[in-house]
Amino acid sequence: MSRTEVFLDTFFNAAVMRQYLPDIIDGFFVTCQIAILVVVSGLGLGLVLAIVRSFRISAINAPLIVFVDVLRSLPPLVLILILYFGLPNIGVLLSGYIVLWLVLTLVLAAFAEEIFWAGILSVNAGQWQAARSTGMGYLQTLIYVILPQAVRLTIAPLTNRTIAITKNTALGMVIGVGELLNQATTAQSFAGNATPMMMATVAYLILFVPVVYLGRWIETRFAWKHA
Amino acid sequence: MQDDAALLSISGLRLSYGATEVLKGLDLEARRGEMTFIIGPSGSGKSSLLRCCNRLEEPSAGRILIAGEDITKPGANLNRIRRRIGMVFQSFNLYPHMTAAGNVRLALQKVLKKSRSEADAIAMAQLDRVGLSGHAHQYPAQLSGGQQQRVAIARALALEPAIMLFDEPTSALDPELVGEVLKVMRALKDDGMTMVVVSHEMRFARSAADQVVFIAEGRIVETGPPEQIFENPQVQRTRDFVAQAEH
Repeated sequence: MSRTEVFLDTFFNAAVMRQYLPDIIDGFFVTCQIAILVVVSGLGLGLVLAIVRSFRISAINAPLIVFVDVLRSLPPLVLILILYFGLPNIGVLLSGYIVLWLVLTLVLAAFAEEIFWAGILSVNAGQWQAARSTGMGYLQTLIYVILPQAVRLTIAPLTNRTIAITKNTALGMVIGVGELLNQATTAQSFAGNATPMMMATVAYLILFVPVVYLGRWIETRFAWKHA
Repeated sequence: MQDDAALLSISGLRLSYGATEVLKGLDLEARRGEMTFIIGPSGSGKSSLLRCCNRLEEPSAGRILIAGEDITKPGANLNRIRRRIGMVFQSFNLYPHMTAAGNVRLALQKVLKKSRSEADAIAMAQLDRVGLSGHAHQYPAQLSGGQQQRVAIARALALEPAIMLFDEPTSALDPELVGEVLKVMRALKDDGMTMVVVSHEMRFARSAADQVVFIAEGRIVETGPPEQIFENPQVQRTRDFVAQAEH
């Protein structure tokens, strides 16, 4: 075999592709599912935390800030291993799927909280004053006036962070979640061939490139019109 | 001292930021249907005074009555009080993510709980009143400064306030845009609106104000009709300021 043939046989082997395609597709859907759940719950929780923080109640904000800083500091893998291998010792058994979802949700929520909070702070104080002076309450002002502006200001960092954390669904591999990377590595060792890994690579691109473009689209779509 | 016609009545008003006292005991009345003009050097506390009147600033002492209601008493319902007090800001503070009509509509829907169509009708009428019905669907960034300020005035008017507070409404405007805002304010006065205006537009004050209040260093130095303040001030400090400001 020529070197080209060896290369193609190793990375793009048609027979291996056919054999393992169903597994890769299974993994792809598990990854999609966890990714969507993490994005929804992580961003949702992050927004709620930022709103809670905006009330500036120190008894609540002190632990909230500790929580956020700890989760931003730790590698998600550490948390995954602690929850998956540690909790059973105190009688709490969570499936790998739940652990992966929970950890990534909390980590995304921590980062998202910081980003939303920065966004809330960067909205001009005059916006608060204008809304409050028409008799709108604090929460009304936050929801209808401040957050729409804060979210727009934060779309770029939020998209980046969301993608970075959602890619960590691949960590599910170490705790036996049947996601894309897990399927691919299993297939790779059975087949003795790197083709499944290339399939996973393509699958990841199919999943995340649209998200990157979606983020960019949202950014332009919601940038308000300038004169 | 309490005048039956006084819509706004301020007594003994003090305001401190930390150790710095910016308002040092002010007494002031604004009569129904009149335009009260507040002038004074920058940093004298003019804007702070105005912002106490809808409690965007928390006075440290004193009482403010609006239409007989004490807005400074503990437990006063601020959101309900603020509906009756329109405020216009130097920097307009329009909501950039909403159209002109959206800006006017928001409080109508969220505070007065009007239906979308009802709020829309009011918004269009108020925008028409400030001469901007043709710009209802434009965003603030698409409007000139003068147009933005007129939308801000329409936003405040839509709630049918008993009194309108203007905090340097023309200071952020290019000179050629000042006139259109002053014209709207004069029309409001002609409609009988009670107004308290903080501004450096001395010529406008001369021709439109019923009462001019000169404030310096957190105290009222002199109060009187514009003829007195501008032509024949009774206090040296006022005389100096007016002479300076005329240039």
